[in-house]
Amino acid sequence: MSTRSGRNAVDRRRVLAGAAGATLAVALRPATAATLPRTETTESAIRRFAGDNPIRPGRVTLDLPPLVENGNTVPLAVSVESPMTPEDHVRRIGVFNEKNPQPNVVTVHLRPGAGRAQVSTRIRLADTQRITAIAEMSDGTYWSASADAIVTLAACLEG
Amino acid sequence: MARALINLPKTAKAGDVIAIKTLIAHPMETGFRPGADGRILPRNIVTEFVCRFEDEEIFRAELFPASAANPFLTFTWVATRSGRFSFTWRGDGGFDQTETASITVA
Amino acid sequence: MPRRSGMSPPAALLAILLSGALAEAEPIAPADRRSGFDQMSPAIQAMQRDDEANPGLLAVADGAELWTARPPSGRPACSGCHGEAASSLRGVAARYPAWDARTERPIDLQDRVNACRREHQGVEPLAYESPDLLALTAFVAVQSRGLPIAPPDDDRLTPARRQGRALFEARQGQLGLSCAICHDDHWGRRLGAAVIPQGQPTGYPLYRLEWQGLGSLQRRLRNCLTGMRAEPFAYGAPDFVALELYLATRAAPLPVETPAVRP
Repeated sequence: MSTRSGRNAVDRRRVLAGAAGATLAVALRPATAATLPRTETTESAIRRFAGDNPIRPGRVTLDLPPLVENGNTVPLAVSVESPMTPEDHVRRIGVFNEKNPQPNVVTVHLRPGAGRAQVSTRIRLADTQRITAIAEMSDGTYWSASADAIVTLAACLEG
Repeated sequence: MARALINLPKTAKAGDVIAIKTLIAHPMETGFRPGADGRILPRNIVTEFVCRFEDEEIFRAELFPASAANPFLTFTWVATRSGRFSFTWRGDGGFDQTETASITVA
Repeated sequence: MPRRSGMSPPAALLAILLSGALAEAEPIAPADRRSGFDQMSPAIQAMQRDDEANPGLLAVADGAELWTARPPSGRPACSGCHGEAASSLRGVAARYPAWDARTERPIDLQDRVNACRREHQGVEPLAYESPDLLALTAFVAVQSRGLPIAPPDDDRLTPARRQGRALFEARQGQLGLSCAICHDDHWGRRLGAAVIPQGQPTGYPLYRLEWQGLGSLQRRLRNCLTGMRAEPFAYGAPDFVALELYLATRAAPLPVETPAVRP
């Protein structure tokens, strides 16, 4: 069992404490797609979305549970500060991942008539990773937010 | 025809921002997953969702294998006038389904 | 210790820890019974609670349609005899497994649905875990949502209830575990990253995120048995019905949550 740095260090979990009061740490690694080749890098997918434009952190709020019980279905909500008027609104929001086989998660296209830039959906996370949402505004600027999720695995699976 | 559930208020006042929630039954098979025989199951996903109000597009989403099975999408809309929404999902294998719902705006 | 084949490291360690566990499992008192709902993250709890977002409701909607569909035999649809499900089926699922007078043994809800189809509609039973059987069972069960689980206090069920309890408490499989060791004695603690629930089947058929779809209690129990490295019972086995009966008694009076959402 190797020690892993950074945000993956939380793989160790306490298993049951036995009668003797001993505790055991077990590194439980969910089946991961990390060994699958990626179709494209996250960086490249983001560049295709935003072109050469600078992407500034801010104005975007990304809601993702920090601890995920099952990576198959993870609720995700994105909202962007915007009056959503014809003169000033969010045109698109692109959501990207780091560890799934493919970097895109979902891309939404909004109109001023939405009233609010607020969408939610459910996504798949192949492994513990960072999700990034990037909003394209009607003035051509790009804004972003990121959130980390630790993906664990339920017990007693099918096979 | 896949089962789809659409939730939005039946009535609204002009100017209200309403929430629209959509859910459709679809496996969203990623194209990265091996089947029981070890061979990769072919991709079968919804790739696009479009909502129109009276023929005007108000919301569109591009979906990818990273979308969960039984895609759930929620978004908002400012109620302006009574009319009909259409919700269209398109995807692999010629998947093409449209549902409608109406709203009365006072 | 020597590495035994077929056992994952956490399970092997668990086996060592629990080799000294109590021989007599103590069932959970009614006041202490808790649904697995309580141990889920707020996000997944919200998914279950919101009737506009619960993915299990797709199957319930399918079941509502099947309820009114006339079978090819020309006999009535379910609604032809039962009428409005919301009134005629209210409380029914909460009282299963029940005693079946015709076969003189306990019967669970999905077998009851199939028995009705065979006897009163003249159609073949639906296959276990088929979308239609899950949808119909879920539709029947949702009519009892919120009502306390209350398996019948019928003496004829006692032998099966005892057998179910014996199965729950028997050590089985390669790890020598019993259901009771985790779910009676160690609920609330963690196995790996997952919190061990009491294993109360309050919301079946339920949408399991792992399955990405709806499944029955028997499917979940097969997952448990596989996880314990024990031989899963066949779908529809009398052992399963006995176990379901004991589990219902053990769960009372927790409310029905169908369709639940679980990881």
